[in-house]
Formats: sequence, structure tokens, C-alpha cells
Amino acid sequence: MTMPPETSVVGDHPSTLAIRAQALSRVFGAFTAVDAISFDVGQGEVFGFLGANGAGKTTAIRMLTGLLAPSSGAATVAGFDIRHDAARVRERIGYMSQRFSLYDDLTVHENIRLYGGIYGLTDEQIASREKDLLSRLAFTSSASLRVGALPLGWKQKLAFSVALLHSPSIVFLDEPTGGVDPVTRRQFWELIYQAAADGTTVFVTTHYLDEAEYCDRVSIMVDGHISALGTPASLKAEFAADDLDEVFVRLARGATKS
Amino acid sequence: MMWRALQVMMEKEFKQILRDTVISRMLFVMPLIQLAVLANAATFEVKRAALWVVDLDQTPVATAMVDRLTASGRFYIAGSGMSPAQGERSLLDGRATAVLTIPQGFARDIGTSGRSTVQLVLNAVNGSQAGVTQGYATQIIARYAAELGARGAGPQGQSPTARPSVRPMVEVRTRGWYNASLDYRRFMVPGILVQLITMIGTLMTALNIVREKEAGTLEQLNVAPLSPGTFIAGKLLPLWIISLGVFSAGLLIAVFGFDVPMEGSLLLLYAGAALFLVGALGVGLWISTIADTQQQALFVTFAVLMVYILMSGLFTPVRGMPEWVRTLAQANPLLQFIALTRAIMLRGAEAMDVWREFLALGLIGPTVLALAIRQSRKSVA
Repeated sequence: MTMPPETSVVGDHPSTLAIRAQALSRVFGAFTAVDAISFDVGQGEVFGFLGANGAGKTTAIRMLTGLLAPSSGAATVAGFDIRHDAARVRERIGYMSQRFSLYDDLTVHENIRLYGGIYGLTDEQIASREKDLLSRLAFTSSASLRVGALPLGWKQKLAFSVALLHSPSIVFLDEPTGGVDPVTRRQFWELIYQAAADGTTVFVTTHYLDEAEYCDRVSIMVDGHISALGTPASLKAEFAADDLDEVFVRLARGATKS
Repeated sequence: MMWRALQVMMEKEFKQILRDTVISRMLFVMPLIQLAVLANAATFEVKRAALWVVDLDQTPVATAMVDRLTASGRFYIAGSGMSPAQGERSLLDGRATAVLTIPQGFARDIGTSGRSTVQLVLNAVNGSQAGVTQGYATQIIARYAAELGARGAGPQGQSPTARPSVRPMVEVRTRGWYNASLDYRRFMVPGILVQLITMIGTLMTALNIVREKEAGTLEQLNVAPLSPGTFIAGKLLPLWIISLGVFSAGLLIAVFGFDVPMEGSLLLLYAGAALFLVGALGVGLWISTIADTQQQALFVTFAVLMVYILMSGLFTPVRGMPEWVRTLAQANPLLQFIALTRAIMLRGAEAMDVWREFLALGLIGPTVLALAIRQSRKSVA
């Protein structure tokens, strides 16, 4: 098993750390879902968080976003301790879960207003950001439609944009492209790149390994451990594999839980 | 408290509730239907009981007594005959709910000793109904007996004092709860109004939050920098306001549609309702923390409300329950609020008269809400 080096940060983003996890663990009864994982994510990085179902990805994300308390270990997100400064962490992160997270019975505009207001944005701020958001997504004519009436791909893009509404420094995406067609997936990744170019750190889990190739760095979780971590190119070289798919399968095959 | 977040949360809740056609329609129609149907159905009054008469005496005195019973409108003759066995059978097969047996020599005994006995057998499967029927029969017969005594005294030229034994011919025991002069609807409507807002307040709160759990939007809110206080206020305040609105609608229907008097202070009544709802919504919040699906929430809510309502004194008086139930029932906010509503609306009670109920509601509501909030925080971490 390869342990990730303690403070490996890719050359492009050496300045500040967006996330630092140190021996972060979560135990459910006798089951250790996340077993002392340590890694760093640099500001502005697109970080792919891979792993088979049940490898512990979602548990790790839930700890980093303050939804779940860690059993042991520590982590800082956006410079704040997730245990003691959870409220500050929450102000600085965006989150989009694998379950659709907007309100179906509210319109696009009402959803934007709700989430903007929850993050403390004023009416003027919401109005100007809503305008930008809708024109970027080419949704301007759909502002008064109920979200429930939109196609899934639109909903996902909208949910991502709403998660960025308050300009978080980090956005967590838990399988954002599940069930979405290839064209929309590509558009979605263009949005991700745009966000990263604006300086937002993107922490993304996915099952599509072609998507993982778009990440600056990826980590692969197996049985609650991080079994591999590096740029897509370095991982392929390390495992003498043609693509990430091969790396993933080789690591996941050694798993006992999945 | 984060005012900006609270504002948008409340806006969202009102929009969602009023936009849900089924829920918003129920909010307006339910008070009307519940009050109209339940107020009439939930009465202990017995309009016309089926009477079987076994008249073994066959005298004008006996016949006149039967006439009195039917003339009262409380009884109608389902059948009659000379056989006591037949009378019993009519009770068994359900043709009659009461059998009146007038023994042979009934009129003669009254003439000679001023005393006689009739037998009234009741189908007491429905205990309260039987009690009411018995009450009516006893009253009518007693009145007839008194008349007989008075009339019997006149024509024969005897002074009433000469035969004092005639007067108490039939002993009548009057119990307040079937007092014929009592209007049951007046008594029931305030109670039904209370259980209506309990139902709406508790059920809507529980379902509302669990629905967000199911949809995954609750997780989204949990990731947001929304303080627990803001979240709970944003959820409960709209429901609290809507419940008070339903209470007002029900109150209007009760006063103008059912002639229920509003003797006391409206302000005092609303103060009680506002306080009571704190607990009712608190129970809903508590249910939402233990249920993961709306189905579970619905099931738990009905189980809780059932106990609430049965121990509230709405349908059955708590006074008749065992000591430990009576003690426990004092902690039932529904019981306190029903007592309060009846006292204010029907008797015109003032703050000094109902301070006990206010104290109880003031203790129960915030305690329940505090426990529910503690529980909801635990379930997030």
C-alpha cells in the first residue's frame, strides 16, 4: 500500500492549503468507514476523490463539510478546524450532494433567492449574481419555471451554480454527474474548470474515470484508506497502466469490503 | 438569530405550503368538515330509541305511561307483545334497544299503595348511550308518576298531606353529563377546535421536516451556515402562524355557524392557543427527528395523537379514569387547552380563573420544544 506523502502539494498551487486532513477517521460501531486518511488539497486545485462504492468517500466528504463529526484525527477546511470552527467552515464552502439539492416546488429564481439569503447575501447581491448565473447557463428565460419541471442535466448545472452563489473558497461535489448524458457531463466539467480558474477549489467524487483525467490530482480510496494519490500522469506511471481505469481496477480488486 | 436567513426561510415555507394544493385546501376545508361532522356526530344525545313494550297490565294507566314515553320524542315503539321472552328476543336481535315491562297489577298497586315497579332492560353494549336512554326513561316516568300522585289526590277529595307516601314514587338520580338541557354541540365544538389545530400543528411540522430529509434538501441546509435556532425558527414560525390562522377560521365557524358563545376574552383565548401551539409544534419537531420517512412520521404522529386525544377529556371524561391516568393526563397539553377553551368560551373565565391551565401550558410547551431541539441537534452530529 502506498501512503501519500504528508504534505504533497502540486507545483501549481503551493501557496495556501484549501484542505488538510490528518489521520482523519470515522468509526461506526465495529466498522471503520474512514481509517486515518491524510492528504492536502491546494487552493484552486481540482481534486478528484475516487473510490469504489463503500470505500468511505461519502463519509469523508460528510466529515469535511461538517455533517458528521470525526471519531479521531483532525482536518482544516478553508483554514478552519472542522471540529471547533464548523460554523466558519460552513460559510466558506459550497456543497452539492449526489441527491439533487434544490427545491422542486420553487422556481429557479426562488431557489437562488433562498440560498443567497441563507448565506447572508443582500437583495442587490442576489439580483446581480442571479443575472450572471442565468446568462452563463443560458437559463435567463427559465427563471420563473419551477425547478421540478427542468431536465435533470439542467438541474445539476443549476445546483452547481447555486452552490457557488456565495463565492465559496471550496466546493464539494459528491458524484455531481450521476445519471447525466455525456454532452451535459462535458458542459458540467466546463463549469468546474471555470470555477477553478476563478480560484475556487473543487473537491469532486466521481465514478467516471474519464472525468478523473480532468483533475489536477486524484486520490483513490480503498477500504477506508487512501491507496494512491497523485496527478493522473504520475499514477499511470507508478502503476505502469495505460489509463486511470486500469489503476483503479488494480487497486479496487485488492479491496475486501466492496 | 440570523435575520436575513430567517426571512428567506420563512418566505420559502409559506410559498411551499400555500403552493401545495392538497395541503392548502385541507387547511381551509378541514376545520369546516371537522366541526360540521364531528360536532354533530360526537354527541352523547340519543334521539329516538327503539322501545319494545311488554304490557302485562293492560290498563289505561299503563297505556298512558307508554304514550308519555313516545310523545317525548325520545322513544318509538319498535313492537309490543304479552310475552317477556319475546321482549328479550327483540333486544337480542337488535330490533329494540330497550324493553319496558309493565307488571300485572301495576295500576292497582298505584291505586292502593301509591307504589309500583316497572322494569326497563337496556342493551348496554354502548354504555354511554344506554345511560342516556335510561336517564330519559326515568325522567319521563317520574314526571308521569308525580302527575298521577297529584291527580289521584284531587278527585277523591283527599288532601295531599294525607298521602305523602305517593310523592316519591320513582326515585330519579340526575347526573350532570346527560342533563337534557345541555347543548352537546356547544360543549364539543371548542374541544374539536383544539384537536384540529393539534392535528395540523403537529402533523404538518413532522411531515414538513421529514419531507426535506427524504428529498435531501435538509442536508443542503445543514451544510449551510444556518444556526440551529434560525433553522428551527424558520421552520416553526410559519407553521405556528398558519395553525393560528386555522384556529381563527375554526373559531369563526364555531361562533357564527354553531352558535357557540364567546363569553370570555378573545385575547386570553389566543394567548392560550399561542402557548399551546409551542408544545404541539415541539412534538412535531421531535417526531421529525426520530422518523426518516414521511410514512414513519405519519404513523408515529397518529399513535401520539391518539393517546393525546383519548386522555384529553374530549370524548371521555378523565375524571372517570384510574388515579395514575388522571395524574398523567395533567401533563397532556390537549387536556389543559380544552379545559381552557371551554372555560373561556362557554363560561367567560378570566385570567384569574384559568391560571392553572396557563401555568401547565407554559411549563409543558417550552419543555417539549426544548427537548425536541436538543434531540434534533443530536441527530445532526
